[in-house]
This record gives sequence, C-alpha cells and structure tokens, in this order.
Amino acid sequence: MIAEAGHFALTLALFVAIVQATLPMIGAHRGNALWMSMDKPTAIAQLLLVTFAFGCLTYSHVVSDFSVVNVVQNSHSLKPMLYKVSGVWGNHEGSLLLWVFILAAFGSAVAMFGDNLPPTLRARVLGVQAMIAVGFFLFMLLTSNPFERVFPAAMDGRDLNPLLQDPGLAFHPPFLYLGYVGFSMAFSFAIAALIEGRVDAAWARWVRPWTLAAWSFLTIGIGLGSWWAYYELGWGGWWFWDPVENASFMPWLAGTALLHSAIVVEKRDTMKTWTIFLAILAFSMSLLGTFLVRSGVLTSVHAFATDPERGVFILLLLMIVIGGSLALFAMRGPSLRSTGVFKPISREGGLLLNNLVMSTGCAVVLLGTLYPLFLDAVGGGKVSVGPPFFNSVFIPLMIPMFMAMGFGPVLSWKRSDLVQACLRLKVAFMVTGLACAAFLALIDQGPFLAILGLGLAVWLFVATFVELAERIKLFKEPIGSSFARLLRQPRASWGMTLAHLGMAIVIAGMAGAGGWKVESIQVMTPGETVNVAGYDYKFIGARQGQGPNYTIIAGEFEVTQGGKHVATLKPEKRNYPVRQMPTTEAAIHTLFTGDLYAVIGDPDGSNGGFVTRLYFNPLIVWMWAGSLIMAFGAAVSISDRRYRIGAPAKRKIQNAAQAKV
Amino acid sequence: MKRKHKRLTFVGLALLLIAAAAALTLSAFEESIVFFHSPTDIVTKPVVPDKRLRLGGLVEQGSVKKLGDAVVTFRVTDMANAVDVSYRGILPDLFREGQGVVTEGTYAAGVFTADEVLAKHDENYMPPEVADALKKSGKWNDMSNEMKKQGHVSGGGAQ
Repeated sequence: MIAEAGHFALTLALFVAIVQATLPMIGAHRGNALWMSMDKPTAIAQLLLVTFAFGCLTYSHVVSDFSVVNVVQNSHSLKPMLYKVSGVWGNHEGSLLLWVFILAAFGSAVAMFGDNLPPTLRARVLGVQAMIAVGFFLFMLLTSNPFERVFPAAMDGRDLNPLLQDPGLAFHPPFLYLGYVGFSMAFSFAIAALIEGRVDAAWARWVRPWTLAAWSFLTIGIGLGSWWAYYELGWGGWWFWDPVENASFMPWLAGTALLHSAIVVEKRDTMKTWTIFLAILAFSMSLLGTFLVRSGVLTSVHAFATDPERGVFILLLLMIVIGGSLALFAMRGPSLRSTGVFKPISREGGLLLNNLVMSTGCAVVLLGTLYPLFLDAVGGGKVSVGPPFFNSVFIPLMIPMFMAMGFGPVLSWKRSDLVQACLRLKVAFMVTGLACAAFLALIDQGPFLAILGLGLAVWLFVATFVELAERIKLFKEPIGSSFARLLRQPRASWGMTLAHLGMAIVIAGMAGAGGWKVESIQVMTPGETVNVAGYDYKFIGARQGQGPNYTIIAGEFEVTQGGKHVATLKPEKRNYPVRQMPTTEAAIHTLFTGDLYAVIGDPDGSNGGFVTRLYFNPLIVWMWAGSLIMAFGAAVSISDRRYRIGAPAKRKIQNAAQAKV
Repeated sequence: MKRKHKRLTFVGLALLLIAAAAALTLSAFEESIVFFHSPTDIVTKPVVPDKRLRLGGLVEQGSVKKLGDAVVTFRVTDMANAVDVSYRGILPDLFREGQGVVTEGTYAAGVFTADEVLAKHDENYMPPEVADALKKSGKWNDMSNEMKKQGHVSGGGAQ
C-alpha cells in the first residue's frame, strides 16, 4: 500500500505542477491577482506531495519491502541502515525522486519567503519552476517509476552497488543535486525577468543568494565526489577529466561566472543580458550533466549501466529547455537596458574577465566532452579525449585568471588605475617573489607548471589578505580601530575573502598533488619494506575477516620515517557476495605535507605475497580543505543582511555600492 | 573612452580569448585524441607502433595469467579476433573473464601493452564502443540477453 500511495502522490504532484505552471503565468500576463496568487498554495502542495512520495520510498527501503522493484535491485536485508537510507537515491529512479524533491523544496522556499517579491515576478518564477517539474514528473512516471511492484515478491534484494556503500558517496548525490537544481532558481528568475522585460538591482539581489547556495552545494558535491574517487577507487587520483566528472564541472564553471556577474547587475546596473544568459547556461549545463550521466552515451570510468530510452527522454527535455529559453532570450534579451558604464580597468572589468575565462573554460570542457560524440556521429571513428587535452587547454586559461584574481578586489568600480593597484599590492608582490625564489632554491626537481602553481597560490593568498588589510586600514589606524572595522565588514565581503583564500589553497593542493606524486607498484611478501618518497612501508601481512554484508582481506603496513613510527595503514579488499563484486578500500594517513596512501591487491606468488600500490600524494588534502572553505565563504555571503531585507533604503544603497564584494 | 569604444575593447578581448582557446584546443587535439580499436581493427589494419590507442572487447575466457611481479596478461576478443594484452598493476575491481573491458596503451610486435585498464562502477555496464565492436564482428547476437539488456535490469548508479 505504501508504494501505491507514493505513486499516487507523485501523479497528484504532476497535476498540481501543471496547475502551477499555467494559472499563475496566465494570471501574471492578464493581471489577474487571484490566478497569480495560486502560485503559493500550489508550490507548497507540490512540496508536500513529493515529500510524501519520497517518504514512501524511504520507508520501503528502510523496512526492506522486497515487493518493490527498486528495493529489490538496490537493497539487501543485511545492508547497514545508513546505506538502506542512502540507497533511496543511490539509483536512477530514486535519484530522480530526490531531484524533484529538491526542486519542489526550492520552489516552496520562494513561495514562503517571497512576500517581498513583486507578485507578477513571483508568479512567473514559480510558473517556470513548475514547468521544469512537469518535465521531470513525466520523465519519472513514464520511464522511471520508483514505485513499481514485482510479483511474487523477492526473497531478498540484490544489494546496492558496493562502490556506493560508502559514507562519501551516501552524501555526494544530494549535494550535487542541491547544486544542479539550485541553478534552476537562477534559471526561473532569468526566464521570468525575460518575460517581464525588467532586470534591476532588486532582481539581482534575489538571484544572488540562490546562485550562491547552488554554487556552494555544487562545490561540496564535486569535492565529495572527487574525494570518494580518491579513496574508494584506489587509483590514487582525484580528477580524471572523465565525461561524468566534466558533467558536474561545467555547471560549476557557468555558476561561478554567474555569481560574479550578478554582483555587477546588483551594484552597477549593467551586464544584464549577459547575466541572464549565464543563468540559462548554468542550468542548461546542469541538465546536460544529468543527460550525460543518465544516458550512458559516453564511455566513462564512472559509468553505471543505463537505459537508452531514458537518454532520449532527457535529450528531448534538454532540447525543449535550452531551445525554448534561448529563443526567448534572443527575442527579449536585447531589450534589457543597462545604465552603468565602466572602463576596462575597473572592478566591473575584472569581474567581466572572470566571466570570459569561466565561460571559455566551460566551452572548452564542453567541446572536449562532446567531441567524441560529434566525431562518431559524422563517422570519424571512435575516440576518447583524455587528460592531456584538458590539461593543455584548461590550465593555460586559468593561469592568467588566477593572476588577475589578486587584482580584481583592489580595483575600484567604474574606473581604476592598474599602477595604483600594483602599488596597493606591493606587499603581495614581494611575498610572492620571495616565495617563488624559495621554491626554486628548495625544490630541485619537479615540473615547472607545479612550481608556477605554488607561486600562484601564494600570490592569490597574500593578495587576498593584503586587500582585506587595506579594507580595514591595518597599520594605518590604531589596531583597535582596524579590529572594529574588521568586525563591521559586510558578510558578503567576508564571503569573497574566504572563497578566494579557499581557491588559493585548492591551487596549492592541485599543484602539489599534480607535480610531486610518487607511485610505486610491486609484489610484497610479509616483512618486506619499500621506500616511497622517504617513508618506509613495511608489509606486516594480510588476514581475512567478515563485515556485515561482505568479506575482507585486510593488509597491514607499518610506515616509518628514519626509524620513527609514522602510521599504521590497513587497506582492505572487500568482497560483496550478493553482487559478486569486490571493492578496494585504500588506507590513507593524512599529514600536513601530504597523504600516505596504500592499496592491497590480489595475492601474487606462493609465499604469501600481495600486489600492493603505495603512493605519496603531496598536499592533496589541501584541495578538499580549500573547497570546503570556498563553500563556507559562499554560505557566509548568503547570510549578508541585505539579502534578507526588501528594497533597501537609500543610504544602504550607497553603502552597498561602496562596500567591496 | 566612448561607450562604443568600451564595447569594442571588450568584444576584442573576448574574441582574443576565444581565439587563444581555439588555438590551444586545436594543437591539443592533435596529440591528445586516442582512437578506439577493436581486436579486429588491430589484426586487420596496420597500427602505428607506440601511438596511444584504446583497445576494447571482452576478456577472453581462461586467458588471464599472472606472471608475477604484478604483471598480468590476458586476451581481448570481439569473438572474431583476439589480441594479447600485458598490464602491470592492480586490475580494477570489476575486471573479469567474459566481461567487457577497455584498455589504453600502445601496440607493438603483436602485444598490446596497457598502462590503463578502465574501471567501471557497475558489473552490468558495457562500454558503448565494446558493444559496437561486438555488433561489427557479428557476434552481438551470441551474447547473453542478460548482458545486452544491461540497464533494463540494473538499478544503475547514484551520480
């Protein structure tokens, strides 16, 4: 009964969404207040229905109801409770239910907290949201019903794919989806603004927190995914430029551009058309990502089995959304008037440069990801585009941007002076110069690019600090007064400072892990010692064990440096009997300077030997620490008080215009 | 600077960036595209030695041998032809005889030396190229229904 109730709620939600997609839209067009006011109740009703459906599916998973196909295929009675719950979204149908649940939640948030929005704008935003929801409800009900029954009921389930039975991956999809779906808000606001023909500072103030939230979630989602790949796949790598990874990276790039250009719309009333375009782009990339992952058209190391029929449906949805929104954009976009003017060397110019690089980067990733599809379609043969392409195109694009990123915040709005900016950053120049000299002197080998990366990281880190020090007039006023200024900084500027510092830390991590990774593959017998990057790994031996729904071969390494104990590493090889599938659990010990990383493979030879893979991954954990700081920066920025008040008083506008973002 | 000039500056800058990206892209494509080959392609067409390529097919039943020192050899087949593959390292968790596999490396003197064996996350997943290679060699129909249907029976993954 529970599954049928869930199915019924989902169907009902579709009809509510159809009402929400039409009545408020028509009402806004005709100026019918009653029809417009339908947006709020329908949005909330939709959320309640989807929540109920989601609850039903969760319940079926938790109590292991093996008469539901979805549960049979993805669960097992012995599976730990955490994975019974995460198994709800650890599969195609369930993840779509999660998608519409998040979509409905965002829509309701606008309905509930959107009382200060102009009624026509709110009606249209919620109308567009509902249109997207209708598409996904249809997709679920027609091709991917999570509540399908099987008769007779199965005795037990087939278990969740063991690779997904992992804490990192339990929370990776929700965060990723919060990011993807979060961009639907910016999209809906953009479409509504195109219909209204009006984009102003208030509009940007509404769009920015949603974009920041989506971006923040997506940053965490991508970070979790790459962290999972790092420790669960046992390759010691963290980013493979794989289609599925690129699929999440493209919306991130577009979203990064969007959240910077929205600043210009809010503060300077210009770059409106461009911002609208980026909002459409960010969500289109999210949909494209969903299509690439769910359709299986590209060979991916992260690919799961897929159903071509579903791919066609998403492709259709993709074409309607992208084609429709771009057509509307082409018709209405040019009529948006911008008033602000600025010179190339200015804060606006810096933000525009960010936008250009981010969108070019997005285009490059898109090109590399889809190129095999194009070539195959025109009969050019089957190819794969790998890391060499992306590294040689993407990295040169980013280097000038990271340099410019130090300058951006010290430039003033409207017109600025590069010489003046350099003078303000002289401390940063000196520190970076010293650091680079030290790197060149201390590090005798390593790729030039990695040393450059470390230099850029130092530059960005120090420049961001210098800008903060300037802003609070450090050393120019008594320290107490500087401190008071520090506390008075608007949250949005704190957000910028944190996010840029986080980026600097990420760059350092990428440079370290990319430049000085040490890898060693060998057969080791108990008692044998191998030296990796100055650390001695002694193989103690391996033993067998038993987990809740798997068996274990656990190896043990004692790691010493110069005779001193550093860590004991216990990598595991697990075998899940239900799916006959082994998984690798790497053992990682994180040090400030890098990760000690050990993987145990198959037995090799007759004297108790095992294939082992040992790594030293320098600075790698900085990458994830930096991503968290970036995501936190976005969260701080969202809490800025000007997003919580309606139309700001005149004095506040002036303040906001002076404040640095 | 007039408004028009300002706009021209930005348009110029944007074009410059895009041109630079395009140039970088094209030069990168030359060397970084890896072509996919089926075992039949490798056997019947000349292959440039030491050029990186991908080889995909099924892992032949009974062909996996461990030579010690972490070296594994196996044969990749499209049921019409088969190629010897040598690989040093830990094989991905889902590497199995009789299942689809994609490897990357170089071919010389009758042996494909792989430095990468692509892992997959799902035992029912069949890379599209491998499915195509099997269709081309006319052996697709011999495959079990279970394998052909892949996604229809499997739950798929989380991403």
